[in-house]
Amino acid sequence: MEPRLDYAEAGLIVGLEVHQQLLTAHKMFCRCPARRYTTTHDGEVLRHMRPTLSELGEYDGTALMEFKTKKNIIYLLNESNVCTYEMDDTPPFLVNQEAVDIAIEQCLMLGCDIVDEVHIARKQYLDGSIPTGFQRTAIVGVNGRLPFAGRTLSIIQVSVEEDSCREVSDEGHLIVWRTDRLGMPLIETVTGPDLHTPDEVAAAILLIGRVCRSTGHVRVGIGASRQDVNVSVRGGHRVEIKGVPKAGWAPGLVHGEAWRQLNLLKLRAELHRRGFTEPGSIAVSHTDVTDLFVASEQPFVRREGWERFVAEGKRRPGLELGNGPFRVWAARLHRLAGTLSWPTQPDHFFASELAGRIRVIAGLDQRPILLHSEKWPDHRGALAELRKVRQRLGCEADDAVVVVWGPEDDVNTAVNEVQLRYEDAVRGVPAETRQPFPDGSTDFERILPGPDRMYPDTDSPPTRVTRDRVERLLAGLAEPPWVREARYAAAGVPGAVSHYLIRRGGANLVDRLVAETGADLRFTCFFVGEKLKYLRRCSVAVETISYEHWRELFQLFTTNPVLAEAWAQIVRLMAASPLASVASLLAEEGLGAAPPAWTERIEPLVEALGAGGYSTEHGAKVRLAMGGLMAELRGRVPAGEVRAAIEAALGGAR
Amino acid sequence: MSATGDELKGYRGRARARLAELGVRVWSRVKLTNDAGSVFEGVILPRSETFDDLHIVIKMVNGYNVGVHVDRVTEVEELGWKEAVYKIPEKEFPVRPNLPKVTLLGTGGTIASRLDYRTGAVIPAFTPGELYGAVPELADICNLTTRKLFGVFSENMARDNYIALALAIGEEIAAGVDGIVIGHGTDTMGHTAAVLSFMVQDSPVPIVLVGSQRSSDRPSSDAALNLIHAVRTAAYGDIAEVMIAMFGPTSDRYGLLHRGTRCRKMHSSYRSTFRTVGDIPLATVSRDSFTYLSKDYRRRDKSRQVRVDPVYDERTTILYYYPGMHPDLVDALVEKGYHGIVIAGTGLGHVNKPLYPALKRAIEQGVHVVMAVQTLWGYAQMYVYDTGRDLLDIGIVPLDNMLPETALMKLSWVLAHTRDHAEVARMMTTPIAHEITPREPHNGYLIMQGGLPEIEEWIKTHWK
Ligand SMILES: [Zn+2]
Repeated sequence: MEPRLDYAEAGLIVGLEVHQQLLTAHKMFCRCPARRYTTTHDGEVLRHMRPTLSELGEYDGTALMEFKTKKNIIYLLNESNVCTYEMDDTPPFLVNQEAVDIAIEQCLMLGCDIVDEVHIARKQYLDGSIPTGFQRTAIVGVNGRLPFAGRTLSIIQVSVEEDSCREVSDEGHLIVWRTDRLGMPLIETVTGPDLHTPDEVAAAILLIGRVCRSTGHVRVGIGASRQDVNVSVRGGHRVEIKGVPKAGWAPGLVHGEAWRQLNLLKLRAELHRRGFTEPGSIAVSHTDVTDLFVASEQPFVRREGWERFVAEGKRRPGLELGNGPFRVWAARLHRLAGTLSWPTQPDHFFASELAGRIRVIAGLDQRPILLHSEKWPDHRGALAELRKVRQRLGCEADDAVVVVWGPEDDVNTAVNEVQLRYEDAVRGVPAETRQPFPDGSTDFERILPGPDRMYPDTDSPPTRVTRDRVERLLAGLAEPPWVREARYAAAGVPGAVSHYLIRRGGANLVDRLVAETGADLRFTCFFVGEKLKYLRRCSVAVETISYEHWRELFQLFTTNPVLAEAWAQIVRLMAASPLASVASLLAEEGLGAAPPAWTERIEPLVEALGAGGYSTEHGAKVRLAMGGLMAELRGRVPAGEVRAAIEAALGGAR
Repeated sequence: MSATGDELKGYRGRARARLAELGVRVWSRVKLTNDAGSVFEGVILPRSETFDDLHIVIKMVNGYNVGVHVDRVTEVEELGWKEAVYKIPEKEFPVRPNLPKVTLLGTGGTIASRLDYRTGAVIPAFTPGELYGAVPELADICNLTTRKLFGVFSENMARDNYIALALAIGEEIAAGVDGIVIGHGTDTMGHTAAVLSFMVQDSPVPIVLVGSQRSSDRPSSDAALNLIHAVRTAAYGDIAEVMIAMFGPTSDRYGLLHRGTRCRKMHSSYRSTFRTVGDIPLATVSRDSFTYLSKDYRRRDKSRQVRVDPVYDERTTILYYYPGMHPDLVDALVEKGYHGIVIAGTGLGHVNKPLYPALKRAIEQGVHVVMAVQTLWGYAQMYVYDTGRDLLDIGIVPLDNMLPETALMKLSWVLAHTRDHAEVARMMTTPIAHEITPREPHNGYLIMQGGLPEIEEWIKTHWK
């Protein structure tokens, strides 16, 4: 990864929070069905979040920031997957004990100590992702450990919690959420800060994924597991990269964040060198420069350009649109020249740190969000505009300039955020939650919340977890993945196939089929791990086939091995008629039994091949004959027998 | 403090004994180790008295709570001790001489509050300074004074509270306020609004009851917006009646002003739970405007003389009729010395025949029996069927479209004035505050049914 970095020297420390949805029929605190996702809605609710006063009579930093954004929040409702609980118009029902059982099972797999009494807490989120303004969450296990790359990966805690809404759009001051996913149970596994290279992070994500999936009681598929990756370097600060959808994204993101933090620390040194040793020493002044841009060639800083942007986006006053008339404001950053183009992430500069804050907090999201003196547009007349702006601000040569535009209230917030972000830069690396992108870059999402946002859920009584319950779940526990992997490897199954089977939940099917039908382990692993994967890629609805039918198929494979040769055809039939018994499907197709007098057809075929003069080469003749016959005989007569009959006939003809 | 009593707050039996043995107490900051070697670092919290006596609750450093079984504790190290202080910091409520004067009377419902993150306890904010800290917008609306009358849950409101409240309203009006807000729990807000409509007549200024359906310790609470709506209504609204100001839709949009005698809590938990029954609401109120829906209301007029008449007879009840009700219920009420019975009858105001003799006996013994309808909407029209006519003959007084709870409140107020049958009947059927209306507009009865295509279409295009 470029640029190169010595992670040990940088003091890179990474910990994970891995989220995994549980396979329950219903949601966690209401009786709605889990994972019935929809793309339409039949009702909407408009809400706002108001920060609650914290213990010291002050608003929590995150909360205050999110209140400042003045977000209007719309929830989309579909009666098939939400009730009045998700709307925050009905208190929670008693916690879903199926979810608690699965969470305990997960904790046991992760080597945790199960807590004796589970207390539900509220974790505040003011971004609107949960209509109550908090997520209901509870610690179920603590103090776990996993074997990892020849050492131990510590698990600090595992909590069971309700999933949040899915974001539909976020434009200006309006954020829209779909509520279907809200309330689904998931577990959050928090590892210790034990990871020290980007590649280890990916490996740990995959390991935890395999552990969770070993039970067969978690959901798989898009969005069923997501992780937050907490990164810091020596002298930096924990930054949370939120919602990383794939392990494969992690190395690039971790590398980029380490690089960013090291650069921010260098920027701090530079600011200190310039005498900015206290946040209060940062000075940002501003002035209205709307009139300087009335004839600008940069369309977005002209009123008409803004109005077109508003009209095209159908932005509505009181919803997407901020308050006040259109304004262009310029901020003078006293003695900060050169810092806006300070490198941060690979291919990013400090100005994008400002842009991220302005986009989120001021709600100004028209690209490029800001203009600044260190990357000013170079079209005709642009430099004259910058000169006028500098003049109006009374800039000295060592001052930098940032220009923002939009509704007056928002540009006011934006200029204030510029000041606040520089104050943070004097301190070093701000505690942030950042949003990941596939190219390995991240952008500001929110200020990282502290433990102050947690408080007990007075709506829910605690659940006692008896030792009996733990023992019962322990007795039924699936094998840990490392034990299973060793067992599969001994049977000659490659690691990639084992991992796939464990990750996608196929390993439980394999073990059950082997146990109940006496099928060969290696054959079954390849069947489920490779052959079915192939059919799934061909869009065969493999998942509609019930376990009972798989068992019947494997029993038939054992008693009548010829059927295995026609596996693809049979599975396609089973997927097409998931209710029919395998035997009836086979009977209908005439599979499993040799057609009467099939051998008599070989002589004429072989003779025709000779007469046709296609090829005189022996092997090619066999292939041609096989091709013709097997289309008809596969699953009826073993391929070996057909080949032998052809060989015999060819021998006779020669 | 000694290691007794409150120092082990909420802990009973085994847990209490174990804590004493370990030498730690509530609010101790501890490092607790269990038999699996797991370490829990955090603060020991008080325990709810209703929970078992087997667990110690710890608020961990990361903010989560867990309960540790007392038998599994192997070691505890006390790192410190600091009691939580339940105090809301006050910020002085700014005085702006040109703004209206509003008094907030507190009855016990928490409208604004602060959360204690350590315990989850909700600490009510009530003084102007506390309220200003929680809902600073109030300072832009009025000069606020607060008076805490009592601290009871709304289900515990009763005669003495009603009387104290009515007297306090009279005092505030005499002191010249521009409007009164009453903070009240929502469960019986309708009852209080009804009884105040009779106890406080001809008010020169608005009297507004307000509460919240989602407590104010939640970011999604309706409390702040409801309070802003109520204070605005008291300060600037034109309707000088007893009203309830609560959410119109469940979305954060506007509040409805409901007439105190015609309003009912219709959902156990929805934000938009209060609905005007049998009529339309008086007005909508938002952060910056009023929309008057009704023209028929008493206007603000500071020269009008208020009449406070705070009396209440508690020996009254509602009999919610059901098929097969036995007459001995009525006999029992008479025997126990009840003075008045509101029957919530079926349909147009009916009960079964076996009850007639018991009701007749009750009335003969001086018990006042009035009839409201359990359908809530519509009139008691007992002259329509024979059964109703029989009941009229017995002497049961039909109350037209008075809501059953309003009827109970009014009967309690009337019976404290007179026990004369004819006079009670006259007062009960003579409307004071629109508790009986002569006509029901067609849009006074609107319960939309979900699922119907036209309703679904409407719901799709309007915020709930
Ligand atoms: Zn639900």
